[in-house]
Amino acid sequence: MWRYTLKRLIQGVITVWFIATATFFAMHNVPGDPLANDKAVTEEIRANLEAKYGLDRPIGEQYAIYMKNLVRGDFGISFTQQNREVNDIIKEHFPISATLGILAVIFAALGGVLWGALTALYRNKLPDIIIMFLVILGISVPSFVFAGLGQLALVNLNDLLGQSILPVAGWGTVSHMLVPSLVLGLGTMAYLTRLMRSSMLEVISADYIRTAKAKGLPATRIFTRHQLRNAILPVITVLGPAIAAITTGGFVVEMVFAIPGLGRYFVQAVQQLDYTVIMGTTVFYGAFLVFMVIVVDLVYGLVDPRVRLE
Amino acid sequence: MSDITSSEDGFTRTAGRQLALFFLMAIGGVAALMWVLSIAASLTSSGTTTSQAVDAETGTVTIAFTTEPPQLDSTLATDMQSGMVLGHVMEGLLTYDANNEIAPGVAERWEIGENDATFWLREDARWSDGETVTAHDFVFAWRTALDPKRASEYAFILYPIKNAEAVNTGKLPLDALGAQAVDDRTLTVQFERPLAYFDKLVAFTTYLPVRQDFFENTDGKYGADADKLLYNGPFMMTSWVHGASLRMDKNPHYWNRDKVKLNTINVGYITPDPNARLNLFKDNNIALSGLTAENLPSALENRWQIHRFVDGSVFFIEFNHREDRVTRNLNLRKAMLLAQDSAELVYKVTKIPGYLPGASLFPTWLMGVDKPLREEYPANLPRMDLELARRHLDLAKRELGVDQIPPLTFLTGDNPISNIQSEYFQAVFKKNLGLDVKIDKQIFKQRLAKMTSGDFDLVLAGWGPDYNDPLTFGDLFASWNLNNRGRYANPELDRQVRIAQSSLDPKTRMDAFGQIQQILIDDAVIIPNYERGSVYVTHPHVKGVLRRVIGADVDYTRAWIDTGA
Repeated sequence: MWRYTLKRLIQGVITVWFIATATFFAMHNVPGDPLANDKAVTEEIRANLEAKYGLDRPIGEQYAIYMKNLVRGDFGISFTQQNREVNDIIKEHFPISATLGILAVIFAALGGVLWGALTALYRNKLPDIIIMFLVILGISVPSFVFAGLGQLALVNLNDLLGQSILPVAGWGTVSHMLVPSLVLGLGTMAYLTRLMRSSMLEVISADYIRTAKAKGLPATRIFTRHQLRNAILPVITVLGPAIAAITTGGFVVEMVFAIPGLGRYFVQAVQQLDYTVIMGTTVFYGAFLVFMVIVVDLVYGLVDPRVRLE
Repeated sequence: MSDITSSEDGFTRTAGRQLALFFLMAIGGVAALMWVLSIAASLTSSGTTTSQAVDAETGTVTIAFTTEPPQLDSTLATDMQSGMVLGHVMEGLLTYDANNEIAPGVAERWEIGENDATFWLREDARWSDGETVTAHDFVFAWRTALDPKRASEYAFILYPIKNAEAVNTGKLPLDALGAQAVDDRTLTVQFERPLAYFDKLVAFTTYLPVRQDFFENTDGKYGADADKLLYNGPFMMTSWVHGASLRMDKNPHYWNRDKVKLNTINVGYITPDPNARLNLFKDNNIALSGLTAENLPSALENRWQIHRFVDGSVFFIEFNHREDRVTRNLNLRKAMLLAQDSAELVYKVTKIPGYLPGASLFPTWLMGVDKPLREEYPANLPRMDLELARRHLDLAKRELGVDQIPPLTFLTGDNPISNIQSEYFQAVFKKNLGLDVKIDKQIFKQRLAKMTSGDFDLVLAGWGPDYNDPLTFGDLFASWNLNNRGRYANPELDRQVRIAQSSLDPKTRMDAFGQIQQILIDDAVIIPNYERGSVYVTHPHVKGVLRRVIGADVDYTRAWIDTGA
């Protein structure tokens, strides 16, 4: 178990190093000038700007400096927010994205498992047909549509009731989190529902279920211990990447609901060629994704004793 | 058979009940989790507090920003959002009044001579920590902005001050700058050349004061947070949660505090999504929201107070005048200018309310000697004339020695309006002149890089004003101007720009702008597209909100709350 964990961690570090290197060179080869702005500047100011950000050095040296700082956990200072450290940006905004993301994953996982189990239980009956139709909607409609519709629904609801039940946008209290996290988790919930349904159907027709019934085990026990527990494994497998994807992919939802998460900085940095923020957020998110995948692999062993971590 | 079915049904029913129980547990669990989160969130208090758009009791107006200011160091600021906040929390030597006329700020009296200026500072101008604003604070700010090491992009706006350019390029030390604090309350400035519009320049953001001791105590993070900035304006920033909110409270030390009616300007939301902002407005969370063409009808239906505003920027197609480009040919440029109609673009294609069809580099709001410049010197842009256009095109082909003009590269940005605009022109030039235009769509930074290196034939460009004088537009196509990315060079235009820069006689200067306008049209240097505008709605209880083409926009410094309306 410990050897396995250590091995995975070393692999993870190599992966993150690879992400950092690839991003560094890809970014420097993206066409465009990170220091250009609406107003043209003189040669002298241009040279001073390049010196300020170390862009006047050869690319190899820049890479070496970058890696040295990365090891110390220093991502440098943003190009666009000139007096702000990238570390501060991540520190201030990632917890918000993470809170939103974790809530969304919880909604998605609980919803996915429960709806999936329900559809499998009532397969080809009315609840199954209705839910599977909604699932197709949830998978195919992009989140910005749901975000816009969700917000419009809130406005109309508040208007109808004549008072603000739930805030339309913003961040800070639980009432701010509810609708955005539901919206953010919807796509994943739909996907997990389908996964859970097919996995459950497979389990239901398995021999050991028939054996359990033949033994006369109570229905609740068969359902929870034998069916649900076995069917849930594939869901857990995809949960790790899903957590990372949701936490990093909330840009549109964050924008619509005016949530000060990290997603906005991530996307704007790329648009603005803000080198330090691109590097900082990409490496951070990359490391986060790698970490989540490792965590899920470890959890897998806990949930399913048949899996040996070797 | 029936037995088995009934036992199946029994299993389903039991399992279904179990599932329903799980559902309830899940809901309970989530509710508990959210409760815990709410406590955690309130402890870190990183966010917005939901409030009404207008709170008459506390004198608070809540608004939304599209983006947050990158930082609020006035010596580095370049963008509109920083200008808006700094316009509320800081005050320069001079400022603009409600009618956009120059008014006293920190300086109570000033004299602008041919080659120098003197400002006498008021005794009661205070920083938010109670200390007096002195002439030294201005000298320090200007030197800081010009410090080569700081590489401020807006340093050029200080260049009319003696030795400023030499200081900025490192040829002279900082203290060689032609600005001195004679004593705490007297500031003298020498000019590089005679300067008719220095009063308007000192109202600009880069000219705002910075106090040395405070600046040096911020450890290179001046303006990065609410407590990393010292204020001398009508308001002071009391909190700034990055990406989420920003709060400006009335500054009790401000000399003219009796004129400030609002107690708090609460920027409660930051989102670039216009629909989200309108939804916030609908829900009575913010007091002002812009309207897009799509949601204008619903605003009319709701009988909201709709306002129009021309924001001061002009947009145009700029030609590349470099040697190796076919667009250097005057007849080709004339043909293209004559083959399109900016009114059609604005009213039938982009259809964004508030926009004005373009006719000149100089926008309609600029003042001439007594009346608007465009009234004193009308822009006689030729009307669309396809026959004449095709004749110019034939001439161009003959001069260039080609049967067919090679495909033209049309550089544009990647935003929705640029897409519509560039595709419209592509179709128009094909239909009316048979020209092939290739659209080269690029992200902001790459578009700028290509503009600077001259990698285009046509480019969608725009220009916004820095100060309230026609020169802010007038020198754009001077041969030495770095923002003249098409490298247009015309000795006669350069001569007129020099007159406008250094003459002190208003009539002579306006004549020069009239000449510049005519040269740009005769030489078909640009194809004017539009003056950008906007349509917005305001809360009926908020009065006195000013929109400005120069300086802080939107300006709430003179706003008040009137619940009677």
